[in-house]
Amino acid sequence: MAMFIRVDVDNSVIEKTSGLAQKLVEVCPVKIFKPGSAPNTVEVVEENVDECTLCDLCMQATEGVKVVKLYE
Amino acid sequence: MRFYEFEAKQLLAKSRIPLVQSEVANTAEEAEKIASTIGGPVILKAQAIAPGLAAASTREVSDPGAAKAAATELLGIDDGGRKPRGILVEARPTGEAVYSLSFTYDGTAKRPVVAAANMAGKIDDLADEHPDRIVRRHFSALFPFSDYIAKELAKSLSLGGNDLKRMTRIVSGLARLFLKYDLADLDITSIVKLGDGNFVVLDVEADLEIEARHRQRPMLDELGFSKDDLRQVREPTEFELEGARIDAEDPRGIISPIAEFDGNIGLVIGAGGGSLTLTDAVRKHGGRPANYAAIGGNPSVDKARRLTKLVLTKPGVDKIAVMSNVVSNTRADLVARGVIKGITELGFEPADKILIFRVPGAWEADAAKILEKYGVEYCDRTVSISEAARRAVEKVG
Amino acid sequence: MAVIVHEDFQFIVQGITGREALNFTRECLQYGSKIIGGVTPGKGGREVYGVPVYDTVREITDKERVDGTIITVPLAFAPDAAYEAIDAGIKEIIIITEGIPRKDASAIVEYADLHGARLIGPNCLGIIVPDVCRFGSLGGPAVDCRKAFKPGVVGVMSRSGGMTTEICNALTLSGLGVSTAISIGGDPVIGSTYADLIPLFEADEDTKAVVVYSEPGGTAEAELARWTKENDSRLPIVAFVAGRFMDEMPGMSFGHAGTVVNKKVDSPADKMRRMREAGISVAEEIGDIPGLVRERIGN
Repeated sequence: MAMFIRVDVDNSVIEKTSGLAQKLVEVCPVKIFKPGSAPNTVEVVEENVDECTLCDLCMQATEGVKVVKLYE
Repeated sequence: MRFYEFEAKQLLAKSRIPLVQSEVANTAEEAEKIASTIGGPVILKAQAIAPGLAAASTREVSDPGAAKAAATELLGIDDGGRKPRGILVEARPTGEAVYSLSFTYDGTAKRPVVAAANMAGKIDDLADEHPDRIVRRHFSALFPFSDYIAKELAKSLSLGGNDLKRMTRIVSGLARLFLKYDLADLDITSIVKLGDGNFVVLDVEADLEIEARHRQRPMLDELGFSKDDLRQVREPTEFELEGARIDAEDPRGIISPIAEFDGNIGLVIGAGGGSLTLTDAVRKHGGRPANYAAIGGNPSVDKARRLTKLVLTKPGVDKIAVMSNVVSNTRADLVARGVIKGITELGFEPADKILIFRVPGAWEADAAKILEKYGVEYCDRTVSISEAARRAVEKVG
Repeated sequence: MAVIVHEDFQFIVQGITGREALNFTRECLQYGSKIIGGVTPGKGGREVYGVPVYDTVREITDKERVDGTIITVPLAFAPDAAYEAIDAGIKEIIIITEGIPRKDASAIVEYADLHGARLIGPNCLGIIVPDVCRFGSLGGPAVDCRKAFKPGVVGVMSRSGGMTTEICNALTLSGLGVSTAISIGGDPVIGSTYADLIPLFEADEDTKAVVVYSEPGGTAEAELARWTKENDSRLPIVAFVAGRFMDEMPGMSFGHAGTVVNKKVDSPADKMRRMREAGISVAEEIGDIPGLVRERIGN
């Protein structure tokens, strides 16, 4: 389990924009997202979450992702 | 990465450099047999790579019986915790002239350079006493080696006629080999001109550029190097091998080098110059480092976590000092996450195990918040490296 | 005035979509640097933090003036990236990538020389002129970077990227500040040595003194000592030599690839002797550096 970061995903927002799920998968430098089982959705790869560099690229791509620092 | 001399000579033989007659013996009996085949005086060279063994690892003897006795002795020498890889038994021809050659990179000119002298020895050692007997030529690592460079070098050694042509071939062959195999240093400490006018190479020292070991794998396989044989000056310990594995399994950031010492302060320290400065500082304040584990290049949380666990589980280590220079690309917050995760996974409280956390710089505000949550004091950039080391040494007692 | 970079310096980042490059691209932009493009083969057409990404360097140099490039690609691709930049006419090249064999570094330097380009690195973090331009990865996020680098009178050259920031932080805390700082790289063959760069500091009117961080291994300190003796420099130099413990461990490499004591000239003791003989002050600790600088510049 991640100790320092939590990533909340709202797939109901992400699936509305075509290609957005794929963009999230590609944009994260530490592979926190993988394609979900339903089309145009993502799943969080739990073991990579603590590697999050807080680059914000996912949050800049969509409001359907929130990155939360568990230490503040 | 130092080659054993017999390996270096295999590389030279592949490039058709004329070599003195020699063979590797694995037992004293074999040494005796090879010596009697060669006939006459021979030199025995224990195949060892630890520094400072030059004198202890060679014997010149005049007959096969003496070769056996000398070999027995040489097989017992300590090569940084290893046994010698056999004994190189070689003919020792005398000749009318002796030369030496050295290939290396000149950091000032930023080019490969070949130096030659009309006497035996290591050019570096000769340079102080006999600067007038040394000639040098730079060459290119960008363009293919051209023979005229070797010819000019031979000419400046005052060679002419067949001597010039033979020396040119040897220097050209060695220069191409030096580049082809990514050598960092190649020293031919003696080349003898025999009575028949031919030159033969007697003594060779060669080092592979460690960073090129992956692309030189085919050559290393041919010589029988195992993948984790880095030819350190002493045999790597299990701690060091595990550190190297942790580093190799994740390309994000670098743990290098990792070395085991016999002290009691576990060190997780910033890489590069910071690690040198910190180690000096710990020693200056009377501390005894348990290890060297420099971590940099922005390691992943996972790499920092695994390194922390490795250092903290080393016998004799109870607490770790996490210290670095003011970081730029390495992130203080990611290091903090990794260290705390590692300690927590071992079932300890971070505050009980961290002597000091001095990693100011990139993302320090986040690092401070992480440490605060786990009750660990955060040292900011106003605490100098020296002061941080002093506090760590004082706390470990 | 500044060394190498200036207020209008425009540069690109080769390998811009990598984990490290994303970090420092954002940091440089926050700091106010002008990054006008990035290159990652196959990712042309994207954008990172508003910077357009291209497949080739020439797509950028065909359109705009490019003063410099930062190369931070995986090590197998680094020479190719450097040749691409040099052939596209870029004159100031920083290679951050670590672990490039010296044969490749030497070839890159020779190619750069032939084309009038300057190489800083490999295995370095680049250049910063505080509050003017940051060309590289020194200092971290802008907020942390500004704490370590305040404009001032001391030029810094360092074989260690990390220690560049450490020393500048000490100079900044002391109130002396930094004119230009250059992380020159920790490898045995680097594009620009202390002696190559010190004439630039000599010509920079903001620089009143130079601080040099050095390590075991190589001839760069001997070369600097010789330069200092032969040229009647107006600049006092203060040096710090790390890794003194390595004198007891011949043949072992610590810190950087270039850091090993095999030859006499490699040893910290020999380096300190040569530099002292040339009139360079040698600091015992990082914390002593600002005081020595003040002594030398009479401030």
